[in-house]
Amino acid sequence: MPSRKLYLAALAAFALASATSAQAQSPYGIGRAATPAEIAGWNIDVDRYGNNLPPGSGTVSHGREVFDQQCAACHGAKGEGGLGDKLVGGQGTLATPKPVKTVGSYWPYAPTLFDYIRRAMPQSAPQSLSNEDVYAVSAYILNLNGLMPADATLDAKTLSAVKMPNRSMFVGDPRPDVKNPECMTGC
Amino acid sequence: MTEPGDVEDDAGATSRRRFLREGAALMGGAVLAGGLAGSEAVAATVNANNLPPNVPEWMKAPGDPMGSQLYGTPSPFENSVVKNIPKNLPQYLSASGRTPLQDLDGIITPNGLFYERHHAGVPAIDPAQHRLMLHGLVDKPLIFTMDDIRRFPSESRIHFLECSGNPEYKKPYGKTASDLVGLLSCAEWTGVSLKLVLQEAGLQPGAKWVVAEGADAAALTRSIPIEKCLDDAMLVYSQNGERLRPQQGYPLRLLLPGFEGNMNIKWLRRLRVAAEPTYSREETSKYTDLMPTGSAREFTFYMEAKSIITRPSGGQRLNTPGFHEISGIAWSGHGKIKRVDVSVDDGRNWQEAQLQEPVLTRALTRFRFPWHWDGQPAVIQSRAIDETGYVQPTLAELLAVRGDNYDYHNNAIWPWRIAADGEVSNALA
Repeated sequence: MPSRKLYLAALAAFALASATSAQAQSPYGIGRAATPAEIAGWNIDVDRYGNNLPPGSGTVSHGREVFDQQCAACHGAKGEGGLGDKLVGGQGTLATPKPVKTVGSYWPYAPTLFDYIRRAMPQSAPQSLSNEDVYAVSAYILNLNGLMPADATLDAKTLSAVKMPNRSMFVGDPRPDVKNPECMTGC
Repeated sequence: MTEPGDVEDDAGATSRRRFLREGAALMGGAVLAGGLAGSEAVAATVNANNLPPNVPEWMKAPGDPMGSQLYGTPSPFENSVVKNIPKNLPQYLSASGRTPLQDLDGIITPNGLFYERHHAGVPAIDPAQHRLMLHGLVDKPLIFTMDDIRRFPSESRIHFLECSGNPEYKKPYGKTASDLVGLLSCAEWTGVSLKLVLQEAGLQPGAKWVVAEGADAAALTRSIPIEKCLDDAMLVYSQNGERLRPQQGYPLRLLLPGFEGNMNIKWLRRLRVAAEPTYSREETSKYTDLMPTGSAREFTFYMEAKSIITRPSGGQRLNTPGFHEISGIAWSGHGKIKRVDVSVDDGRNWQEAQLQEPVLTRALTRFRFPWHWDGQPAVIQSRAIDETGYVQPTLAELLAVRGDNYDYHNNAIWPWRIAADGEVSNALA
């Protein structure tokens, strides 16, 4: 029966084609498409170059107000630390017996400041600050560290351009870096 | 010797016989009596009416009926075995709590005693409202419900998890095994291979990293190399047979076997495939390792080979000279434990310990060593060697290379001092 043979061959070819195209798309067909709006709402990642920083800007002086209201209770009036991390100072201490790691002394990239404050601060109400407030308070913290003048305004472009003092001090993982000679007797 | 129904394989029988022979030799004919007491052991009042030749009271009346505990809890006589939470921390939202390693046997950590590290508390997440978004350098950005995630082919594997700061390099050092390395636990994890989920969206050229984000109030974010994501990384929804506990990331977490704990993002809500790491606060200002020169190592993922004797260990007491089994745990982020050596003479001589089979990759391995304590002061310690040949170093060896500003990845040998009265304490404290 040639027609039946043809039918079966076509069916097999269709099944193969479907399987191949499904393979290229999604092997299990699980999940649904994420829309650009959904992704934009959730993707708050800002990388070290400042990619994905939002529009808007904030001044050091407004940042001082935001800091006093939202941050000082844990980080101290001048970022000297308390329940929260010390944010200011420590430059020149990293190679001493008592290193002080702060935004100014340790953080390699300024855009990370925006990323972290927006996603996680203030601890009692994360993701509650406006982008303008996050720019402003970032500007104030950079100013407290001597990395931004008092009359500065911070936006995506100026934040990305800040060169942090400790940027060049990070290296890759060289481990295993410590060798135990594996002595068994009379060690 | 053999229990009824015990499967006797040749290797097992041989090692068991060797153990008994060596044990007997070490005991040197001493009477096997007394044992080990924890400092927090229940000081039970012994009622002679419950001891031979009398019949104990709990045999003279029926016990609790079926259903008196809908979710079982340990015996009330074990109520001192709890998580070890540091006292007087400035705050408890970004903090850690430790597994009481010295009170546990085997390699599996009970879910209720699994160590915890949170960066902004434990969120209460309704799984019906939880979503995982997968986007970035993929052909098809996707959103998954928890039902979706559970439709993927599943797998179960046993792996340890360890916090990178376990312990720090600076004094004061802890008193107990839990104080020292209690940010360590091991469980059987069930979930889906991350590779399958990534393939569902289709990776684009240039996909080198996956940035993972948690749905906690820290929106904790870490970047993971694509090689790990396509190797043994899992999206996990169950732990030791039941759904994840909230403290462990319910309803969904990332599991990166052998990588430092904080990268195993809990309450996982988003995976962004990228060409570069995101350089989040956690991977720049926090989980980086400061060297004496002031430079800092970044992207230090692996937890290297390590071991510790949990019995006898700090805070416990040997009640009597004689036979005491030394027992502990060993693990390596680089694979299987190949060997564990034990020294009972302050590191002068080392002998190979027995490893409990099966030895699993990137899982805890229980080791045992038969020992006869002569009642004299002694220092005991263990040293792990993994399948790469790497040997667990001493604290002095680590400090000589890294200095004590290096906050993380301390995998030092930790010796215990046993005093003449049997008290066990930290020999380096």
